[in-house]
Amino acid sequence: MGPNFIANYGEVIAMIIFGIGFTNLLLQKNMIKKIIGLNIMDTAIYLFLAQKGYIDGRVAPIIANGVTEAENYINPIPSGLVLTGIVVSVSVTALMLSLTIRMYQRYHTLDLDEVSTQLRKEGL
Amino acid sequence: MDFICNFPAFSIVLSIMAAIVSSALSGKWAKRVNLFVLFIVMGLSVCVLGYTVSQGDFFVYTMGKFPAPWGNEIRAGVLEGLMATFFCVIMILSLLGGRKHFYEDVEESRHNLYFIMTNLLLSSLLAMVYTNDLFTAYVFVEINTIAACGLIMVIQNGRTIEAAIRYMIMSLLGSGLFLIGICILYDLTGHLLMSNIQQSVSALVVNGEYQIPLVMAIALLCVGLAIKSALYPFHSWLPDAYGYSTISSAAMLSSLVSKGYIFLVIKIIYRVIGFDAFVDSKIINILFVFGVLGMIVGSLDAIRENDIMRMIAFSSVAQIGYIYMGFGLGSEAGMVASVFHIFSHAATKALLFISAMGLRDASGGSKAFIDLTGAGRRNVIAGIGFTIGGLSMVGIPTFSGFVSKLLFSQAAIQADSKMLITLIALAISTILNAIYFMKTIIRIYSPVENEQPISLKIKNPVYVISIVCFVILNIVLGMWSTTIVSLIESGLSMFR
Repeated sequence: MGPNFIANYGEVIAMIIFGIGFTNLLLQKNMIKKIIGLNIMDTAIYLFLAQKGYIDGRVAPIIANGVTEAENYINPIPSGLVLTGIVVSVSVTALMLSLTIRMYQRYHTLDLDEVSTQLRKEGL
Repeated sequence: MDFICNFPAFSIVLSIMAAIVSSALSGKWAKRVNLFVLFIVMGLSVCVLGYTVSQGDFFVYTMGKFPAPWGNEIRAGVLEGLMATFFCVIMILSLLGGRKHFYEDVEESRHNLYFIMTNLLLSSLLAMVYTNDLFTAYVFVEINTIAACGLIMVIQNGRTIEAAIRYMIMSLLGSGLFLIGICILYDLTGHLLMSNIQQSVSALVVNGEYQIPLVMAIALLCVGLAIKSALYPFHSWLPDAYGYSTISSAAMLSSLVSKGYIFLVIKIIYRVIGFDAFVDSKIINILFVFGVLGMIVGSLDAIRENDIMRMIAFSSVAQIGYIYMGFGLGSEAGMVASVFHIFSHAATKALLFISAMGLRDASGGSKAFIDLTGAGRRNVIAGIGFTIGGLSMVGIPTFSGFVSKLLFSQAAIQADSKMLITLIALAISTILNAIYFMKTIIRIYSPVENEQPISLKIKNPVYVISIVCFVILNIVLGMWSTTIVSLIESGLSMFR
């Protein structure tokens, strides 16, 4: 177990960051901190993909100097997945931020639990 | 390749295009385009269903020029066609049934936005049903989440903002887990297409390699989708999201959105992991335990609830528990029962939401349970709809709920170790269902003082048509269940 962790330190770090982001999204009270947690979580996944998709000493599959052997190139799909993931993450973050703005305009707080208490007082 | 093989791709693209076009249209035209597209997509799905049934096999459609291990694919079999048809029918009926309320709840300038969201929801559901590529499935899961959030937010008050934020947080936790699960699986197998992943996974299982990461990936995929479809301990967002939104949204969220994710779980079980590897992985025991807990806790919460909408929403938690319990039985019969329950629950829950809205309107829009007294006499058609929905949920013969309970018990008898727990949970849950539905049905037919005579004048024909269609759908599912079950069985056998 130990040597594996050291050899694959990139993946281990990615998983630890994923955990940090996940717990932040789940447990933080402040909405902005939750959204930061969301972004940390997504970024950890991209780090994991990038780490898995890159092989030392190889380059992206663009044939520039006539080398066509596959051994010299990396698989481009993980990078493509990262790009797609970033697009999805940006749109979701934008939606969450706009919801947060709506909530702040109405209740003047960023704390979701406080909004629940205010709602109970309003008796809606 | 026949021309019909293009239809799944057509229906996905058509609904996305409709969403784009609707953004430039007025509310009225957006509604027409939406309804038109829904009917066309329903027709296309029926064609796909008929074609796959007549061929007796699934077909694979390559998106773009690249062949199997690299390109993106659509794959349609009997179950996919049936699911797509059913989703379209439920969506049309939910939109029609909630139309009057939608006009009252939502200001006119926002009407077209709502139809953009419904079109996007339809396209993402269809893509989740048809796609053969895990990463495409992830992208459309996120589109589905965003569209569902839009459907909740269409009424703007404090409650819906809070509900939408809670829904988004839980959904994003789920999609994060789902995405990392896909990445680990991609890392293990080197493929994103479901059929190729399954070949690699079965090779891994045979050689006994990478067992821990594989179980980890299965667990992450299942838990991620379970959070998104509101399996028991993750259901806290559900009652608010369903209970405070406009009625079409509530009906569509409960009967379509969560079912789309559950269908994806079924696809992952059969086509990504392989059924036998999934059963061996012990994840099914976890799904089973939480499914059984959800069946009971959801019903108990529903009994305690005073608001009729939230009561029905909590009942959804219990029904989703049934479906996951069926997965947890780990047998073919259990899966068939679960798939049938997806249909049965979708038809019944949408009917319950729409008729409960009619009852609430007949009681002056009050949320208190006591005000519903005699509402079934004031709004006859809603009363009949609610009664039939309630009886179906409880499991009275001739309605669809009975058949799914029957299938679940038959599946339970085949599963030795889990038989007793399943049967006891089914019995308890049925009694609890009966308590809160009978309580409501008795309440809506109780006499009140200075009662007005029952009037059979139809004030809102569209509403009546949608309730009647739902009732017919329910009875069809209940009476002709053998046809549906044989379709489901042949669909599941194509998954292997």
